[in-house]
Amino acid sequence: MHNILVKVCMGTGGIAAGGDEVLAAFNKEIAEAGITASVEKKCSTHQVGCRGLCAKDVLVDVIINDRKVTYQHVRPEMVSRIVKEHILENVPVAELVAGDDYHNFHDKQFKVVLSDCGSIDPEDIDAYIAVEGYTSAQKVLGSMSPEETTDLIKRSGLRGRGGAGFPTGTKWEIAGKQVSDRKYIICNADEGDPGAFMDRSVIEGNPHAVIEGMIIGAYAIGAYKGYVYIRAEYPLAVERLRKALDDARRRNFLGKSIMGSGFDFDILVKLGAGAFVCGEETALIASIEGQRGMPRAKPPFPVYQGLWGKPTVINNVETLANVSYIVRKGAEWFASFGTEKSKGTKVFALTGKIKNSGLIEVPMGIPLRQIIYDIGGGIEGDRQFKAVQTGGPSGGCIPADLLDTPVDFESLAKVGSIVGSGGMVVLDETDCMVNIAKFFLEFTRGESCGKCVPCRIGTKRLLEILERITKGEGRPGDIELLENMSVDIKMASLCGLGQTAPNPVLSTIKYFRHEYEAHINDKKCPAGVCRDLLTYMVLPDACKGCGACLRACPAKAITGEKKKPHAIDPSVCIKCGACFDVCKFKAVKKE
Amino acid sequence: MVTLKINNIEAVVPEGTTVLEAARKAGIYIPALCQHPKLTPFGGCRLCLVEIKGMPRPVTSCTTPAAEGMEVATTSPVIERLRRTVLELILSDHPNDCMVCEQAGSCTLQELAYEYGIRENRFEGERRKYARKDGNPFIERDLEKCIMCGRCVKICDEVQGVEAIEFGYRGFDAKICTPFEEDLDCEFCGQCVSVCPTGALTGKLWSKKGRQLGVREVDSTCPYCGTGCMLTYHVKDNEIVRVTSKEDGLNEGLLCVKGRFAYKYVNSPDRLRKPLIKKDGVFVETSWDDALDLIADKLKEVKAEHGPDAIAGLSSARCTNEENYAFQKFIRAAIGTNNVDHCARL
Amino acid sequence: MKEKLNKILQEYKTKEANIIYLLQETEEVFGYIPREAVDYFAEELSIAPSRFYGVATFYAQFHLNPRGKHVITACCGTACHVKGSERLINGLRMELGLAEGHETTADMEFTLEKVNCVGACSIAPVFIINKKVYGKSTSDRLIKEVRSMKEAKQADA
Repeated sequence: MHNILVKVCMGTGGIAAGGDEVLAAFNKEIAEAGITASVEKKCSTHQVGCRGLCAKDVLVDVIINDRKVTYQHVRPEMVSRIVKEHILENVPVAELVAGDDYHNFHDKQFKVVLSDCGSIDPEDIDAYIAVEGYTSAQKVLGSMSPEETTDLIKRSGLRGRGGAGFPTGTKWEIAGKQVSDRKYIICNADEGDPGAFMDRSVIEGNPHAVIEGMIIGAYAIGAYKGYVYIRAEYPLAVERLRKALDDARRRNFLGKSIMGSGFDFDILVKLGAGAFVCGEETALIASIEGQRGMPRAKPPFPVYQGLWGKPTVINNVETLANVSYIVRKGAEWFASFGTEKSKGTKVFALTGKIKNSGLIEVPMGIPLRQIIYDIGGGIEGDRQFKAVQTGGPSGGCIPADLLDTPVDFESLAKVGSIVGSGGMVVLDETDCMVNIAKFFLEFTRGESCGKCVPCRIGTKRLLEILERITKGEGRPGDIELLENMSVDIKMASLCGLGQTAPNPVLSTIKYFRHEYEAHINDKKCPAGVCRDLLTYMVLPDACKGCGACLRACPAKAITGEKKKPHAIDPSVCIKCGACFDVCKFKAVKKE
Repeated sequence: MVTLKINNIEAVVPEGTTVLEAARKAGIYIPALCQHPKLTPFGGCRLCLVEIKGMPRPVTSCTTPAAEGMEVATTSPVIERLRRTVLELILSDHPNDCMVCEQAGSCTLQELAYEYGIRENRFEGERRKYARKDGNPFIERDLEKCIMCGRCVKICDEVQGVEAIEFGYRGFDAKICTPFEEDLDCEFCGQCVSVCPTGALTGKLWSKKGRQLGVREVDSTCPYCGTGCMLTYHVKDNEIVRVTSKEDGLNEGLLCVKGRFAYKYVNSPDRLRKPLIKKDGVFVETSWDDALDLIADKLKEVKAEHGPDAIAGLSSARCTNEENYAFQKFIRAAIGTNNVDHCARL
Repeated sequence: MKEKLNKILQEYKTKEANIIYLLQETEEVFGYIPREAVDYFAEELSIAPSRFYGVATFYAQFHLNPRGKHVITACCGTACHVKGSERLINGLRMELGLAEGHETTADMEFTLEKVNCVGACSIAPVFIINKKVYGKSTSDRLIKEVRSMKEAKQADA
């Protein structure tokens, strides 16, 4: 009797690549072939696909008697061949099997938080229990005091994974010492950084680990109620989380006297409504209370006065997901990897111009170069690496000559960026750094709550200066003005959003000042990105007159007879690049 | 009590006092636009930033509670630079039309710009433009002049309990909104006008009537009801051009729509200035003596013919306690009836 | 409409909910926040309508006006940006004939909205057309999709 298991990635990334059709195809083929195989949904990282490497989606594992073969780029039409040759005849389809890239991507990582993501079914509580799930909560509630629990987390050296890196144990300790009739623990799943999807992946891949972390945290601080504040833009994560909470309640991992311990605790889900600033603790609290998410000044910090004025601990998803593993394997185990001040691992969303784009987990302190070249497989199209942007709108760009910087809280801060929540966007020679700064300022300008002057008007003015530079209207002195006002905005703003919003400007000026100067002095965009400094033209020698560009042009700026070189009217051209994209003969040039 | 040092001056204040309040108590000036003693701290304008020893960055003194042993510096080159930047930013998104602004001369923003000598501004760019005018009868809302200090929202909510307005939108597009941005529809107490530090909220009746020059301020008591709110008439050429109220009165600067805006009757041509007696179906002006004599005669006549209980007295809530006391005394003692009441309405 | 609103209100009363919840449910049912909904909830719950308006205009999820039949969501996350989402958006705006500052076409057929990162960075640039995710989008493909939706409309007519 052969034990056959087919695991298909079913995240939105996987679904976008046709995951559900692939799954359906397997079900159909297997049924037709009359084999008893169970086709189960594999834990997938929503929108990323399984195991983080969604660039290779749809990924499918075929496991026969514990021998696993992974297929990449599976399309529904390939399924019948896999079923016929591999499942029926036990001969894997060699040319469809995932190659070295796939294995390098995984082999160079070190997984704690993601260790069960991608291998268990996130919608099945028994799958989590089968990998020792909820044993940590049982141990803590059954045999440890809240102080011992806090002490364990303190000794592990775990620091907040949301961006600031505050020691989690210390936060719990302060909250634990507060005397109050009510305390709260909040899981911050309002992952707002553009280019980041770690928290969503963890919740989608292993929601029970987050719940277990919250139970342990609640016990340590004495909270009777918890909230998960999660973005509504993550429908699959919300759905899986809700199911997981229901299942946990049914098994008495939540509710009255959890597992007979006498400890009561339950968790509610609160959906965000589309405001980046609600990732900020005090704004998040305001949002849970049903108000506009406007931050308030700290102190008092939420551990003293938080939700409804009561002591409140706010931990990020990844932070909480670490907790059960720390309890299970010990503080010393966790502290044994990472650097002196940054313990453990960190999950990153590696995206942008990188070959193996996806979700990764690495020990703190690993050099950037290893992430980008060993795990990420280098730059897409083998173009020149220019910079890696870490920490999203609060972070900075790290240039090529600093690629050996270790990735930990202190080292990244030293080079003018931050670890942040874990977004890592790789930029290549075709990316304009002024444009990148402008992009982030557009973001922060739009997400500023408007409460304090430096952020409300300051980000707008920063953006306007960047806009004029990218339009070729930059003036001498603009760079200095940007620098000066950036420093003031950082110092004078009320919350973390404004205090970090100028970072992308400062770091790009620091490392790529020459690009700013080229825009201002020469009215040129060296990377060929800034629209107003570009012209699109057809190279008559290369143009075959196929008409593809003509049809694609939304502005009707292209004219030309069939089979004769076409031409672009620059006065009509809106520089959308559609012609550039559709031309198969590289006959459209931008300059 | 906590003891702290502000600019090396020792201050002893009750627990819960903010650093800003402590400084003001000690006679130390800190600029501020959004802070208001009646309202909960906001921390939005960032002008009251101070340096506190041991804190990694400047903090707003209006939100920071004074703590034992705290060492505060209310000014430093960095603090002054930040305040200047903040002011320049505000002014870069302001009409700067002080020449024609109703609030010129009593505008906190103008005063701060003057204090910091901001003639040139490093910042320029898009300014908020709002075409729509609020059609309500009393309060001019010029949102382009609004600096989003939130005082109006807070006083409407925290003091008046009306919640007619709220912050709307966010970031640079943020503005103070009524529901669905319709015309303001509230009690029109004008508390919001009184706390607005700029010309964003003014009285519609004020328009072009005069600002400071030639305007005399006369402290008085509101004649509308017995509460006795203190108010200040701004008088130009013997005409009331504006009503305000000082914070130190028993009403702490708060007024109602009548006291604040219903002052036009004073100069109204329809206003009765002398008693009138109807003779042959026509009202004829007369003297107070004649009028009072007539009333006395009529009362006596009725009392003699029908007894005192045929007469009743109804007084007004607009009268003071003393006036009402005198009135009931008159009805009871002089007329001899207990038929006396009071409208108890405003 | 009253009936639907009452249903939302009753649901609200059974759980620990707030204004944001009410507005989310309303947006879900009607596709936007009708004025009547705010007036109704404000009246029933004695919460000032200004609060609803403040919250509704703060969060990006809420819309005060009805939206197009087809909703095209453009992801504006960093990864999508560096992979050219802005160009694609400009092309789409042109194709849809969207007026400056408008999200919805005059015929109420299409809404083109930008969102901050949908978290599908590995398949950037990402567009979501009527809740279906399109990864690795190109101008060509998007315009084709839009044209086919337009043609479907014409065929119906």
